[in-house]
Amino acid sequence: MKIGVITYPGTLDDRDAQRAIRLAGGTPVPLWHDDDDLKKVDAVVLPGGFSYGDYLRCGAIAAKAPATKEVIRLAAKGLPVLGICNGFQVLVESHLLPGGLIRNEKQHFICRDQKLRVENNETAWTSLFEKDQEILIPLKNGEGGYIATDDTLKMLEQENRIAFRYVENNPNGSMNDIAGITNERGNVVGLMPHPEHAVEAGFGPDTPTAMRSGIDGLLFFESVLKMVVNS
Amino acid sequence: MFNSKKLEPSGVDTTDNASTEPDKEQPWQELGLKQDEYEEIKKILGRRPTSSELAMYSVMWSEHCSYKSSKIYLRQFGEKVTPEMKKYLMVGMGENAGVVDIGEGLAVTFKVESHNHPSFIEPFQGAATGVGGIVRDILSMGARPIAIMDQLRFGAPTHPDTARVVHGVVDGISFYGNCLGLPNIGGETVFDSVYQGNPLVNALSIGSMKHEDLKLAKASNPGDLVILFGARTGADGIGGVSVLASETFESTGPTKRPAVQVGDPFAEKVLIECCLELFHAGVVAGIQDLGGAGISCATSELASNGGKGMRVQLKNVLLRDESLTPEEILMSESQERMCAVVPKKKLKEFEKIVQKWEVEYSVLGDVIDEDRLYINWGHEEIVNVPPRTVAHDGPVYERPVAYPSYQNELNENTSAKLPRAKNATELATQLMRLIATPNQADKSWITAQYDKYVGGNTALSMPDDSGMVRVSEESGLGVALATDANGKYAYLNPYEGARLALAEAYRNVAVTGAVPRAVTNCLNFGSPENPEVMWQFKEATAGLADACLELGIPVTGGNVSFYNQSGDVAIYPTPVVGVLGVIDDVARRIPSGWQDDGNNIYLLGTTYDELDGSAWAKDIHDHLGGQPPRVDLAKEKLLADLLHGASIQGLIESAHDLSEGGLGIAVLEASLRFNVGARIWLGDILDRDDIDQTAALFSESQSRVLVSVGREDDVKFQALCEARGVPCLRVGVTDATSGLVEIKDIADLRLDDIRQGWSAVMSELFG
Repeated sequence: MKIGVITYPGTLDDRDAQRAIRLAGGTPVPLWHDDDDLKKVDAVVLPGGFSYGDYLRCGAIAAKAPATKEVIRLAAKGLPVLGICNGFQVLVESHLLPGGLIRNEKQHFICRDQKLRVENNETAWTSLFEKDQEILIPLKNGEGGYIATDDTLKMLEQENRIAFRYVENNPNGSMNDIAGITNERGNVVGLMPHPEHAVEAGFGPDTPTAMRSGIDGLLFFESVLKMVVNS
Repeated sequence: MFNSKKLEPSGVDTTDNASTEPDKEQPWQELGLKQDEYEEIKKILGRRPTSSELAMYSVMWSEHCSYKSSKIYLRQFGEKVTPEMKKYLMVGMGENAGVVDIGEGLAVTFKVESHNHPSFIEPFQGAATGVGGIVRDILSMGARPIAIMDQLRFGAPTHPDTARVVHGVVDGISFYGNCLGLPNIGGETVFDSVYQGNPLVNALSIGSMKHEDLKLAKASNPGDLVILFGARTGADGIGGVSVLASETFESTGPTKRPAVQVGDPFAEKVLIECCLELFHAGVVAGIQDLGGAGISCATSELASNGGKGMRVQLKNVLLRDESLTPEEILMSESQERMCAVVPKKKLKEFEKIVQKWEVEYSVLGDVIDEDRLYINWGHEEIVNVPPRTVAHDGPVYERPVAYPSYQNELNENTSAKLPRAKNATELATQLMRLIATPNQADKSWITAQYDKYVGGNTALSMPDDSGMVRVSEESGLGVALATDANGKYAYLNPYEGARLALAEAYRNVAVTGAVPRAVTNCLNFGSPENPEVMWQFKEATAGLADACLELGIPVTGGNVSFYNQSGDVAIYPTPVVGVLGVIDDVARRIPSGWQDDGNNIYLLGTTYDELDGSAWAKDIHDHLGGQPPRVDLAKEKLLADLLHGASIQGLIESAHDLSEGGLGIAVLEASLRFNVGARIWLGDILDRDDIDQTAALFSESQSRVLVSVGREDDVKFQALCEARGVPCLRVGVTDATSGLVEIKDIADLRLDDIRQGWSAVMSELFG
């Protein structure tokens, strides 16, 4: 199973996303922002970083890249797409997902191990989680505050399109504690925290069992691989 | 490109002018040169320098670039070495950064550098570009940068100006490092009023490479092209090294903000990937980063390193501001620029790669087989110098040295007269006060602003004793890095202070299970023109070189930062020492705190009554005097060997170095790490080491480590200590259920209360 990872200028977590796909049992395929050939991948990850230096607005320039345009086209046909952090910002700027992301409430970049609740386990990227399962994955962002109009929030709540919510601590002032959302079809998911940093024991978040042993992020990638195999 | 059709003079000062107008007044003094240095330049050239040449010499002969006051002392780092110490050293001092063989065909390069003065004037940009600069040094060796660390020293936490500097510096490092995608794996934060007018911002970077990818920045092939690429050249940072880094701050006088560079981490991130692709494709003979002294430095150093010359057309430099004069272009320290030496036949390939990354470039000139650096401004020649005289043969001073007038009084004023705690309550109160002082408190207010995860190879980071990154995903081979300096110790005794800094960094690496292999340093001192400061420098460098020889690990490079003082008051001598360790598999690394229930806690090493210069003396009694703790490096080595052996056998669950605040602070930190309590008793320490409770809790005796050991490994571990002759005393048991740190006969401290005091400090101070 081939999962593409797009590298924009300023992308940082592309190698991490590739590693996560590999550890989940998939084949990572590097994709270049300037090339609209997505190499017939079965799914796409838009990784974290500071694409185009976050100039203009986070994700705004990347949303216009040739590769992104192709992602938008194929997402409409059901291609599974995961946007992580800056990738989430790109999805929002591309209008694949509603709402927007603003500077953290406390104005600082924040890097911490974050507890999330899986609110929707029926998306392409969350099917292996239990509903309401609490997971621990790293969060690191400067502009992760999720905002939307009242109507949009209401719609997201009613249609069960909130994929993840922050638990115990809302780190960036996101409305309704929203950490991640999905589109109507469930193939496009965006979230601020970083599942690709919790895929390998020894390099993930601390858990009560052992230092840096958290691998809750792996299930994101295993979920999509399972879905692709089953289709 | 050197034959312009318009041949009218443009008004710039040319080499012809220099000959025809030999007596023209020149602003050598404003540029930071001394009279005899100006005379020396005239002697080298056989005429007065042009204004462009003067600009070049002034920046390259600045203290920051030429090491003119420190050179005679730095030599001993190359001399006090054995062949054994050089075994893993692939590149030593003098290059952009030292390179160390770590096995499996892999090497790492690492270096720490100061950006102190810019970070006081403009904390955000100063600190940001400090990170940018050290990362480019690592990159220019052919390595992929893999992590950064920061060593920060601020003024008194409650001083009205400190928050400005703290916020700016931390934001700057966070902004630049995070945008580069480099995990920040550790560092130091110290508050002391001595750094009020002159904070220290040191940044360290480490990179990894295959042995065959090692590159040295030199232009040795005549005909090769000299190409400047990356960001355009602007007016930022003009004369930064001479005006900012090489002079003492005066409280009056014009603002020096224009001399601070402005950073764009996005441009640097793209430049990193672009350079690595250029290296990989084999299209460059060498790449030199542009940092201090900008184009002056890059051109003269490349030529001098290669033993060749260079012909440069300065009009080809792409500018952000068309009004810049040639002198300004030569001195500009605009960030995110690199200079490549490219064989002519590789130009097409070079262009293809830089265009892919949308990086701008321009061909400045070529390498020539002549000991001359010619720089033209259009058709006019503005520089004609032997490159070595600019880059490497700068002045060397043996500055006057004087034993400080205050030193004896300082050393005689010991902590012996300070009242010891009278009872258990007072001891407990002092311990709780110490853990909640800004220097001992939780620093996650800072470290939470740094990305520690990016790259997916971070095995240890703050608050563990070392940072650790995996270098090989296949084998798990990795490196540990720790940096330390105790300015108070070095003030009391600079020779011992430098040894102590090395000993602590060495121990911090050893407690993770890694084997210390190499050293870098950033020597932060006051004005070299003050003989008492020069004495401190002489003592500290001798102490460090001797200690490296004793421990058998070489200095691979470093940086000297002088003029750290405001008015007449110098900072404490602050020799920041970084130790690099190698670990064959990072899966074996040891955390600094205990996580399991019922493990035995052992104190390794002997405790002496050593409270001079301690956190207890300073923060409880506001006292600094006497002599710092003694350090026996043979014992440090023995201890490191033991920790490595025990870690290989999997006998240790946690290990934490004892340093500032002594055993008391170490116990609390090891408990806070995973929120697991402990029962501790001091009685056996008092009996064996013949000390009182205050010393047992707060003495800062060296060569001590607190370890926790699973019960099943107890016998083996004790036998190992005995066999190796390392003093080992069981002082407690871990307790995962009580939520307490119980110190027998003193107090039962609730972990929640300890955490409350410890973690609230930074956010209460800085929001």
